[in-house]
Amino acid sequence: MPKRTDIKKIMIIGSGPIVIGQACEFDYSGTQACKALREEGYEVVLINSNPATIMTDPETADRTYVEPITPEAVAKIIAKERPQALLPTLGGQTALNTAVKVAESGVLEKYGVELIGANVQVIRRAEERELFKAAMEQAGLECLKSRQVTSLDQVRAVGEELGFPIIIRPSFTLGGTGGGVAKNMEELLAICEGGLKASMVHEVLLEESVWGWKEFELEVMRDRKDNVVIICSIENLDPMGVHTGDSITVAPAQTLTDAEYQKMRDGAIAVMKAIGVETGGSNVQFAINPQNGRMVVIEMNPRVSRSSALASKATGFPIAKIAAKLAVGYTLDELPNDITRETPACFEPTLDYCVVKVPRFAFEKFAGSDPHLGVSMKSVGETMAIGKNFKEALQKALRGLEIGVDGLDLKCEKRVDISKLEDLLARPTPDRLFALKVALKQGWSLEKIFEVSFVDPWFVDNIAQIIEMEQRLLDAPKDRALKKELLREAKEMGFSDRQIAALRGPDVSHLDIRKERLAAGIKPVYRLVDTCAGEFEAYTPYYYSSYAERDNSRHTDRPKVIILGSGPNRIGQGIEFDYCCVHTVQALRKLGYEAIMVNSNPETVSTDYDTSDKLYFEPLTFEDVMNIYENEKPIGVVVQMGGQTPLNLAVPLQQAGVPILGTSSDSIDIAEDRKRCAKLLNDLGIRQPESGTAMSIDEALEVARKIGFPVMIRPSYVLGGRAMMVAYNENELVPFTYAAFAASPGFPVLIDRYLDRAVEIDVDVVCDSTEVYIGGVQQHVEQAGIHSGDSACCTPPHSLDPKLITEVEEACRKMALALKVKGLMNVQLAAKDGVFYVLEINPRASRTVPYLSKATGVPLAKWAARISIGQTLKEIMAGHKPVTPTWKAVKEVVLPFNRFAGVDPILGPEMKSTGEVMGIDSCFELAYWKGQIAAGQHLPDEGTVFLSARDADKEWMIEIGTELVQLGFQLVATEGTAKALAARNVPTSVVSKVSDHKGGTVLDLMHGNGIQMIINTPSGPISLVDEVRIRAEAILRSLPIVTTESGARATVACIRYMRTHDWDVKALQDYFPDYGE
Amino acid sequence: MKKALIALEDGTVFEGRAFAGHGEVFGELVFNTSMTGYQEILTDPSYNGQIVTLTYPLIGNYGINDEDIESWKPHAAGLVVGECSRIASNFRKTKSLPEYLIKGRILGVDHVDTRAITLHIRSLGAMKCVMSTDDLDPQSLVQKAKNSPGLVGRDLSTEVSTTKRYTWTDPGHGFDAPTRVAPQRFKVAALDCGMKRNQLRIMARLGCAVDVFPATSSSAEILASQPDGFFVSNGPGDPSAVPQMVQLVKDVIGTGVPTFGICFGHQLLGQAFGGKTYKLKFGHRGGNQPVMDLTTRKVEITSQNHGFAVDIASLPPEVETTHINLNDQTSEGMRHTKLPVFSVQYHPEAAPGPHDAAYLFPRFIKLMEDHPRR
Repeated sequence: MPKRTDIKKIMIIGSGPIVIGQACEFDYSGTQACKALREEGYEVVLINSNPATIMTDPETADRTYVEPITPEAVAKIIAKERPQALLPTLGGQTALNTAVKVAESGVLEKYGVELIGANVQVIRRAEERELFKAAMEQAGLECLKSRQVTSLDQVRAVGEELGFPIIIRPSFTLGGTGGGVAKNMEELLAICEGGLKASMVHEVLLEESVWGWKEFELEVMRDRKDNVVIICSIENLDPMGVHTGDSITVAPAQTLTDAEYQKMRDGAIAVMKAIGVETGGSNVQFAINPQNGRMVVIEMNPRVSRSSALASKATGFPIAKIAAKLAVGYTLDELPNDITRETPACFEPTLDYCVVKVPRFAFEKFAGSDPHLGVSMKSVGETMAIGKNFKEALQKALRGLEIGVDGLDLKCEKRVDISKLEDLLARPTPDRLFALKVALKQGWSLEKIFEVSFVDPWFVDNIAQIIEMEQRLLDAPKDRALKKELLREAKEMGFSDRQIAALRGPDVSHLDIRKERLAAGIKPVYRLVDTCAGEFEAYTPYYYSSYAERDNSRHTDRPKVIILGSGPNRIGQGIEFDYCCVHTVQALRKLGYEAIMVNSNPETVSTDYDTSDKLYFEPLTFEDVMNIYENEKPIGVVVQMGGQTPLNLAVPLQQAGVPILGTSSDSIDIAEDRKRCAKLLNDLGIRQPESGTAMSIDEALEVARKIGFPVMIRPSYVLGGRAMMVAYNENELVPFTYAAFAASPGFPVLIDRYLDRAVEIDVDVVCDSTEVYIGGVQQHVEQAGIHSGDSACCTPPHSLDPKLITEVEEACRKMALALKVKGLMNVQLAAKDGVFYVLEINPRASRTVPYLSKATGVPLAKWAARISIGQTLKEIMAGHKPVTPTWKAVKEVVLPFNRFAGVDPILGPEMKSTGEVMGIDSCFELAYWKGQIAAGQHLPDEGTVFLSARDADKEWMIEIGTELVQLGFQLVATEGTAKALAARNVPTSVVSKVSDHKGGTVLDLMHGNGIQMIINTPSGPISLVDEVRIRAEAILRSLPIVTTESGARATVACIRYMRTHDWDVKALQDYFPDYGE
Repeated sequence: MKKALIALEDGTVFEGRAFAGHGEVFGELVFNTSMTGYQEILTDPSYNGQIVTLTYPLIGNYGINDEDIESWKPHAAGLVVGECSRIASNFRKTKSLPEYLIKGRILGVDHVDTRAITLHIRSLGAMKCVMSTDDLDPQSLVQKAKNSPGLVGRDLSTEVSTTKRYTWTDPGHGFDAPTRVAPQRFKVAALDCGMKRNQLRIMARLGCAVDVFPATSSSAEILASQPDGFFVSNGPGDPSAVPQMVQLVKDVIGTGVPTFGICFGHQLLGQAFGGKTYKLKFGHRGGNQPVMDLTTRKVEITSQNHGFAVDIASLPPEVETTHINLNDQTSEGMRHTKLPVFSVQYHPEAAPGPHDAAYLFPRFIKLMEDHPRR
C-alpha cells in the first residue's frame, strides 16, 4: 500500500519540556518524524513548547508553534492550519493525553481531522487498566491480578483481597508518578491518596506484586497489512520493582531460551493486535517468574517511547522514522532498511554485540529525598554503551556516566556501606550495582545474592569476572610492565586505562597505561552497528569501539571535525547542549566538512545515525576520545558545544596534541579560573562583586567579614550550582562552607558578596575574536541568587533601563574581545540600583542558546560553529537581515519536585530544574502566562490564595495581597502575615500553624480544594518544617506555587492582564519569515 | 584453556580458545545470526558437515535443557562463538553448554572475532574449514582445509537420517507443551532427510500419526504404508547429491498424495518438478529472514538454515512460486498447480525462530482433508 494522498497536512504534537520520565528521546523521535513526513511531501505542523529542541527549529517542520501543549492551543492551531491528520504517537504521554482531550472536545470532528497512528479507542485500551486487562484476557495472555479503584474506601477493600505487597499504579500519568509499593494497609492508603491525585482520571490500579521477577521489554512495529516485527528485546538487570527508566537494561535479552523468547514474541504480537495498534511502534513489557517461567504482560505503550529511542540506538533501526511512514499508509515491506539499503525495513534486527544502558540520578540535589528506587521514575538521564560482551558494555557505560567512576572500579565500592550490604541489595538505590560488587568481594555466593536481590546470576557472574580480572591486575608484578596478554584481556573486559592505572599503584597515571598499551599494539577496533550482524553490507557509519580483531571503519579524504557531545542528561546539562552539537554538525556538513559526532546519550538527536557524517557511540572520556581522534585524524575537535563534559577535556586533549577548534584552551582557563578571571575584569574596568577564596572555615569567616553579609558560597569545579548557598550571617556561613568543601574536596571555596534583590541578566554572544554579535540580553524574572538555570527570563528584557542594556552589551563585547573568543560566550551579570556586576563568564555554548535562537531567529550555535573553523562574522552575517523584535519571549523552567516526595520545593543557587519551555507573544504578560501554562502552572482566575512571608518580605507581600484582593481573590495567611496584611486593611483569613496540630490549617484547606495558589517565601536558608510541608503538599496537588517576590509580581501582573485579553497562537515562521543562515 | 585455530581453504586463519573438547574437526564454515536457540541449532541435523559460527557473541547463558532438542544428538561439527558463558542461568537448564558439547564430542571454540569471520564469509562465501587444538601450524591447517571434501555433491542426509522406520505421536511436553492436541485422524509418511523433531511434534499436535522413513527407503515402502499425506523434511547437504531421493519424491507425488516439503524437502521437490538447485554464496541462516507470501502480500519473519536454493526460473509453468525472500528475492515457497503438493524453503516449525509461518502445517492438514486417500 503506497502512502495516502488524501492527506496533505499533518499535525504532530511534541512532548514539551524535559521532565523526569520524558526527556529528549521525544525530540529525537519527533525530529525523525518531521523529516520523514516532509520527505514524503507532506506539510508538517508542529506544536512543542520546548525551545531547546531540534524539532522546533524553524526548518524542521513547515509550521512550528512554540506554544503550550494544551488542548486549547492545539484547537487554535487546528483552526488556523486545518491539517487533515493529527499524529499523536511521537510526543510521549503528553502528546497522547493531549490528543485524547482534543478528540473528546469534538475539535477533531469539527475540523475533519483524523487521528493517525493510534486512535482514541486504541489509546484507551492501552492506558485504561480494566480495558487493557479485558483485551489481554481475550487474547489469551496472562496479566497480573489487579483491581481498579477510584476511592480510598475501595482501596481498603481491595487491599485486603489481594494481600501484600501491593503495587500502586495511577492511570494516565508520566513515568509512573504517584505510584509505589505498599507492604501494609497504612502505606497503601498513603500512596493511593497521592496516586489518585496524580492520575488525570482520578484512578489507580492495585495489583499483585511481582517483585523480583525478571523484567523484559519488546519493541514492536506493525503496519496496515498486519505485518508485525520485533525491533529489539531488552532485559533489565534490575528485576521487577524498579521502574524500567531507573533500571540498568541490556539488549538483547540475555537469559531467555529461544522457546521462552518466542513465547514472549508471540505475546507481544498478540498484544499489538488485541489493543488494535494499526500502525507504528509500541513497547510491551513482560515479567517472568524466574522459578517456573510463568510470563505475564505488565503494560504496553501504543506509541514511541524512551525504550524505543534506546532500541533504535541499540539496533540501528529508526523506529520513529518508520513509524511516521507507516502512519501515512506505507507498509514495512515497501520501506528500505537505510543501513543495508538493499533489504527492506520489514525484518527483525539482529545484534552481534551487547548494549547496556545505565540511568543517571540526581538525588544529591534534593536534600532529604528518599534514594530508594521504585515504580515511580527518578532518574534524570542515561548513558548507553556498546561492547562485544556485557562486561565491556557495562564498564564503558559506567565511565560514560560521569559520576566519578572509571568503570566498575575500586572507587565505586566507596559508595557502599558494608554494614548495610544486605539492605542495599534488597532495597535498590542507584548504588545497587556497586553493592553487588562489594557483596561478591565479601564472599557472597551467586545463590545468596540472588535470594536477596533477585538479580539474575548470569549478570552477577559477569561482575564476578570483572572482580577476578581486577585481582589479577592487582597481583601482577608492579616492577615491570603488564603482560601483553593480561592487558589485552583486561581491555576486552572493558577496563579503562584509568581503572587499570589505579590498580597498578598510586604513582601510575592513565597516561602511563596508555603508553604501555600502545607500545604493545593494543588499541580498539571500530565496529559498525548494522542491524544485521554483518550479514549484509552496511552503509551507515555508526560505530562503537571494541577490543577485537577486525576494524570496520572507513575513511574518506574530506577534512574532518570531531564534535564532542554532552553525555548523559543531568540537571544542569541537558538537551540544550545536544541542540548546540547538532547545529554544529549541521553547519559543518553544509560547509563540506566531515562532521564526526561522539556521544553516549541514546536519547539524543546527535546520536541519530543520520545527523552526522559519522557517529561514534562512545563514552566522553579522554581515553575514548583520543582513540577516536587517532582513528580519524581530524583537523580538530569542537569542545565548546557540549557543555561542561567536553570542556573539561579541552586541556588534557590539547596537552596530548589535539587541536581544539574555536576559543583557545588558555582563554577557557582564564574564564574558568576565578583568579585569572578577576584580573581580566579588573584590567577591563568591569565591576564584579567583591570576593575572596578560602581553604578553611576560618579563612571563610575572615573573607565574609571583609566583604560583609549576605555572601554567596561557591565550591570550585561543580556543575549546576552544586552546594552553592547564600549565607546571611556567620551562623549560616559555617555549615554552608563545610558543605561546599565536601562537594569539592581539596579545592578552595569562593565567597563573594551576594547582591540581595538584584536583577540577574544573562547575555550570549558570538565572537570571531575581532568582532562581536550580541545574541541577546535576557532579564531574569527571579532575583539574582536563584540559579540562572532555575529562573524564568525574558528577552528582550521586559523592564531594564535601555541605558543599562547598552552598557551591559558594551561590557560583554569587551570581555569577548579580550578573551579572543572564537565561538560562543555566555556572561551572567547582576544589576542593582543601576549598576551591574559580572558574576560569571562561560566561554562556551550556554543553556540559553537554543531559547535565544528561537526568540530572535538567529542560529547562534551554527554561527559559532562556522567561526570555529575559521569563518568571520562579516562573512557569516553578509546575508543576514537583522530583525528588531516586536515581541517578548519568556523562558520558564520545569522543576521535578513532584518526583521527590517531602523535599522542600524552593529555588536557590543550586540548580534543580530538568527542563524549560518558551512562551512567545506580543508583550511580557502574555509571554509569561504562556510560559506558566506550558510549564504546567495553571494560574487561577479566582478562588483563594495562601500567603506566607518572612518579615523581610512582608512589605511586598502586602502589595501583592492588595492586588489579589482587587482582582477578587480571597486571601488566607498564617498569623504573622495575616496581621501585617490586616494592619493595611487587606482582608485576610487566618489559618493555624500546621505544627500546632489544631486543625483548620492550610493543609486542611488544600485537602478540601480550598486553595488555588500559594505565595510563600522561605523563612531562611533552612526552612521550617511547616513551610516545607505546605509547599510539598502544593506540589503534590499541582497547585501553582510562587516563592520569590519577582515571581509573585509577574504572576499577579499576568492574572490581571489575562482578565482583559485573549491569547492566540503564532508560528515561528511568521515571527521570522527570513529565517536561515 | 587450549588454544585453537580455525583455518579456511582461502588461507585465512582465526585464533580462539577451546571451551569444550579438543582435537580436529572439518566442515564448511557458516554463520547463523539467531540471537537465541543455540541448543536447537546444535541439534538440527541440517548442520551435519558444518562448523557453525554464531554471530551473537554471548552464548551458553541459559545452558542446555532436556526439552529444546531437535534430534537425538548435536550434529554440527564444531561451534564457534565470541564468549561462552561460565555459568548457565535458567530454571529449565540441566547442564551447561560446554558439558553438552563435550558429551556430544563437538569442538567448541570461543574468544574469536566472530564478526570478522562473518564479514569474511559474507564477502567470499561459505568455505571449507578445519578447526584444531592439536595442529597449531597455520600452514598445515590451511592445507588440510583445502584437502577436505566440502559439501558439494556429498550425500550428508543419509548420515543423519533414521536407520529404522518408526511412528511419532508425541505432541511435545514440558515448557513448550501444546495447550490443545487434536484427535488423531491422519497418517503421514515422512521422509527423514535429517528431520527436526518440532516438525513431528507439530504434526502430532494437529492430529497426525507420522511414520518416519529412513532416507534410504523406496517409494514402494512409503506408498505401502498407505499415507494420507507425504512429508519431506529438512536435511543437510546438496540435493543434487541424492538423485535417488529426488526420484523417490517424484514417484510418491506422482500418485497424487498430498505432499508438504520443508527446506531440503523443498529442494528435492524442486528437482522432482524438473527444476534446478544451486548453491548460495553463504546461505541463509538465522531467525530474521523476511519472506513474502505472494498470495496475501503479507510478510512473515522466518527461521532459515540453508545453503542451497531452488532456481525459480528453472521451474516448469505448472509450478507456482508462492513465497519469496525479500532480502534477495530467492525462492522460499512453491506449489504445484495440478498436484496437491507445496513446499517452503524456510522452517515453519521454527525451533529456533519466530512462529509466524506456523499456518503452513494446518494448510497441509487442509490439503489432506481436501484430497482424501481413503
